[in-house]
Amino acid sequence: MEKLAMGNYGIYVWSCFGMTLAVILFSEWRARLRHKRVYRDIEVRIKALEERQ
Amino acid sequence: MWKFFHQLASPPHFYRLAAIFSPWFLVPAIALIAYGVYAGLFLAPMDYQQGDAFRIIYVHVPSAYLSMMAYMILAISGGIGLIWRMKLAHAVAAAAAPLGAAFTFLALVTGSIWGRPMWGTWWEWGDPRLTSELILLFLYFGYMALRGAIDDTAKADKASAVLALVGIVNVVIVHFSVEWWSSLHQGRTLMKEGGPAMDPGMLYPLLAMILGFTFLFGSLLLRRVRTEVLFRERRTRWVREMIMSPEGR
Repeated sequence: MEKLAMGNYGIYVWSCFGMTLAVILFSEWRARLRHKRVYRDIEVRIKALEERQ
Repeated sequence: MWKFFHQLASPPHFYRLAAIFSPWFLVPAIALIAYGVYAGLFLAPMDYQQGDAFRIIYVHVPSAYLSMMAYMILAISGGIGLIWRMKLAHAVAAAAAPLGAAFTFLALVTGSIWGRPMWGTWWEWGDPRLTSELILLFLYFGYMALRGAIDDTAKADKASAVLALVGIVNVVIVHFSVEWWSSLHQGRTLMKEGGPAMDPGMLYPLLAMILGFTFLFGSLLLRRVRTEVLFRERRTRWVREMIMSPEGR
């Protein structure tokens, strides 16, 4: 518990590490989501084109 | 050598290579960051002046370093795209911008949180390092807004590359601000003449975090460039063949 308190600086230290984790996870999630979206959009467009032909 | 670069610049070749290499960046990133976080938070000795608040450097320093490195990648790629008309270089620049903005945001927020107990203030407008880093964030926003505002990809690439090249001046200012002007921000610690001015117990976790963040950035960048390439090449034959093939993604 004493280690977590970080000599009364715990709120500052943990909020920085928490914020960093959140930004990294968000960047990871955005990268995956955008790839999925772009891939799916192209897939839908190609299938629609093929059906028309 | 030239043949390798020529092949690398080919979008389908890069798309395949990026898929292979991105996990190889992610694995060492996770290992190094896990070690860096554990050692930085629990093993490194407490700083005699800053107490445990100094542990914020383990996320602040790598973020600040990446904020500048991402911009250099963005500007150099933009320059290459502008001079040699390499489509892949523009895709790299476009993909680097949101990542650079994210790490600049992190550097500013973690620096501000550290500043509260150490300097007694969240923000100091007169400080050249803080202000130039904030301008860097605005440069990233401006770059992304400019790209988003122009529908024609080729025109957006050119305009944003020019903006990115002009913005290099600010990266130089961020880097040297602590030497050129009187600043609240501390001077160089790692790149100091005569070696780093840190205890090895504090230094090694920091180096692990910097390396880990660099690998993480590499992995994220490769995947983002891959998506950017896919989007830009969406009307080409190789994309159509790849999507229709059973291997797909």
